[in-house]
Amino acid sequence: MNITFLFLAVLACVALWWLAQQRITSKPWLETGLVDDPGAPSLPAAKVGLGVFLAVAGLLFSLFFSAYVTQTSIPEPSVVDVKIFPAPKLLWLNTAVLILSSCALQWARNAALRGSSEATAAGLLAGGATAFLFLAGQLVAWRQMIGAGYFLTSSPASSFFYLIVGVHGLHLLGGLAALAWTSGKALGGAPVRELRLRVELCAIYWHFLLLVWLVFFGLLLFTGPVLLDKGVVAWLCSIF
Amino acid sequence: MVDIGTIETVPPAEVPDVELYHAKSWITKYVFCQDAKVIAIQYAMTAISIGVLALVLSWLIRLQLAFPGTFSLISPDHYYQFVTMHGMIMVIYLLTALFLGGFGNYLIPLMVGARDMVFPYVNMLSYWVYLLAVLVLLASYLVPGGPTGAGWTLYPPQAVLAGTPGQDGGIILMLVSLILFIIGFTMGGLNYVVTVLQGRTRGMTMMRLPLTVWGIFTATILALLAFPALFVACVMMLLDRTLGTSFFMPAIVQAGEHLNYTGGSPILFQHLFWFFGHPEVYIVALPAFGIVSDLISTHARKNIFGYRMMVWAIVIIAVLSFIVWGHHMYISGMNPYFGFFFATSTLIIAVPTAIKVYNWTLTLWRGNIHLTVPMLFALGFLVTFVNGGITGLFLGNVIVDVPLSATMFVVAHFHMVMGIAPILVVFGGIYHWFPKITGRMMNERLGQLHFWVTFLGAYMIYFPMHYLGFIGVPRRYYELGETAFIPASAATLNVFITVAALIVGAAQIVFFYNLIWSLFKGKSAGSNPWNATSLEWQTPETPPGHGNWGKELPVVYRWAYDYSVPGADKDFIPQNVPAPARASSAKRL
Repeated sequence: MNITFLFLAVLACVALWWLAQQRITSKPWLETGLVDDPGAPSLPAAKVGLGVFLAVAGLLFSLFFSAYVTQTSIPEPSVVDVKIFPAPKLLWLNTAVLILSSCALQWARNAALRGSSEATAAGLLAGGATAFLFLAGQLVAWRQMIGAGYFLTSSPASSFFYLIVGVHGLHLLGGLAALAWTSGKALGGAPVRELRLRVELCAIYWHFLLLVWLVFFGLLLFTGPVLLDKGVVAWLCSIF
Repeated sequence: MVDIGTIETVPPAEVPDVELYHAKSWITKYVFCQDAKVIAIQYAMTAISIGVLALVLSWLIRLQLAFPGTFSLISPDHYYQFVTMHGMIMVIYLLTALFLGGFGNYLIPLMVGARDMVFPYVNMLSYWVYLLAVLVLLASYLVPGGPTGAGWTLYPPQAVLAGTPGQDGGIILMLVSLILFIIGFTMGGLNYVVTVLQGRTRGMTMMRLPLTVWGIFTATILALLAFPALFVACVMMLLDRTLGTSFFMPAIVQAGEHLNYTGGSPILFQHLFWFFGHPEVYIVALPAFGIVSDLISTHARKNIFGYRMMVWAIVIIAVLSFIVWGHHMYISGMNPYFGFFFATSTLIIAVPTAIKVYNWTLTLWRGNIHLTVPMLFALGFLVTFVNGGITGLFLGNVIVDVPLSATMFVVAHFHMVMGIAPILVVFGGIYHWFPKITGRMMNERLGQLHFWVTFLGAYMIYFPMHYLGFIGVPRRYYELGETAFIPASAATLNVFITVAALIVGAAQIVFFYNLIWSLFKGKSAGSNPWNATSLEWQTPETPPGHGNWGKELPVVYRWAYDYSVPGADKDFIPQNVPAPARASSAKRL
């Protein structure tokens, strides 16, 4: 459960920081009249709502990751061989595509802040297209796994691979629905100032999903499955 | 009292009506409604309805335990199905939904001075997904094999394997229902949290919030962080059951046949389940703590003792509740050092909890106590929570828990602390806020009858049950049969407990009768029948209209507990009453 506790520790720090703004050492029984509220909301409700949702979704993924690490680290000699599977190298390409998608949405966000409606629409479309490409790539990766004889039920490790890739993909699909709505508005000529918040929310969500994917990809690299040539691993290790 | 206000009155904040969704038809006003107050009533009615089913199931469980072999209707399979459904419904579908979906929806916007939740549409969806979850759960009675009988903890591998009642469709529907519940709750939970963070009216700082809001707010955060563990466990078990994965299923030989499972870990499920399961205790308890604080303060006409400490205790309990889950797994074969850690953390959590109990008691001390029905239920909670909590201290110790873990002592403990105690607060809350919701008072005499039968009856059920546990009467058994170490008197005590359970269950008819009778014939309540200070009692209309506050939002000038203030005209000063004028320091914020 280390990953989960690490995530919870981050959330606890945020909560502590927030509580520190709320005058929790004040004595409200001695105070009448209007007090200045340093904790008064300064962000849009939608942004705070997304932040709370990402905390929940982040915990969900961290639990999946914790379960994956726990499961694959259980010493059980009879099944060690089936814990290791050659995860497709295509995942490297998919990762690059998701990074591009995230960059495109960041570009759209910056454009929206500048007030450029054309660049905003272009960024949104590029982000959506690359996200679709990523999802298609993930499906191909699934097919490659099946082709290599590693099915959903072959071992808990391969089951986790299908499950986590699937749950991540579902989250991305949900994001694509919101992105489609925002893109539709942008293409329909809605004033960019009205879209600014929505574009920003989409970008934040995309960055979050990229981060989740990078953590899982890192886990795949370093906790069991043989993902790539040992030479590349050695090269990566030498960098860090 | 120190008047720190630099101004006395300010123009109230106005929120344009266009921000609110206005229902255009009967369907959108009462069915697919986005008003948090209507959603609250929908949540409450659904939760109480399914709770009545769970109550009837508890009767059937008790009848079997008291009169084994008498009722041919109750087979061993049925018995385990009753136990499973009773537990799951009571904990998840009744208590969690009622406290957060019911009380949370009704009280948060009113108490923080908002017009509605911040995302009303998502809030509406939350209820309908919850209802779907309930219907899916009930559908398990219609599938071959009936609902699952795996016990409310749904431990694998037994929950998934043939031989467990409801292995066909029941377990699948249970898992799907839980997944739906969590999705629905997350939609509602986002609303409760963000409304408290973003929707507070002018002057309503966090440290001026009534403790009810603090309790519900913190419990919601707890639930948002705990339910994902149950979600993960349910999804993985669903895949184990339907697609043949082995997340929780080790290699198994059943009836001489190797099953297709390999390499899974049943203990992993236990960790995930209890990582959710222990915070769940506080998801139920924290709103109860908050509500009971407000009930005691209002009906004792005294400011809550140690408000600041009460807030801190709520937050500390919430944090600690994430590091005690292992005390539910002492007998799972865990490393003894882990047992030591979890026992220590469990005992530490008693400190902030005890602070709350002392503060409630000190609030009552020399208060002008009105023994109204809400106050009776609040006092009943206080006593019951202490009783249930103390037996929890016993069970938190590994060496005591190991011999008692599989006995009726545990059943008695958790029913006292997270069954009876929160239910008493639910009743107290309903009697307290019914006048605001309907504009009418509930009948006092019927309320007192309801309280005394429920309160004393609950003790007649659960006090003797502790003794059954002490002498080793096991829980989870369909019937005891001929057992050398259990005396015949245990059977007599079981009959006594069952009779008490039947009476307590039947007494709830008085409550429902009172509820319906008062709705139509109850005495008119006025806007603030308890002379309370918090904002929900200061609405221009009772029951509050759509948008809660008419044209202008209230402005808050003080905390929620100005009762019996020395020198004040009345024994309460509502939160929206300005401080005495001090023209010299007037300025606008």
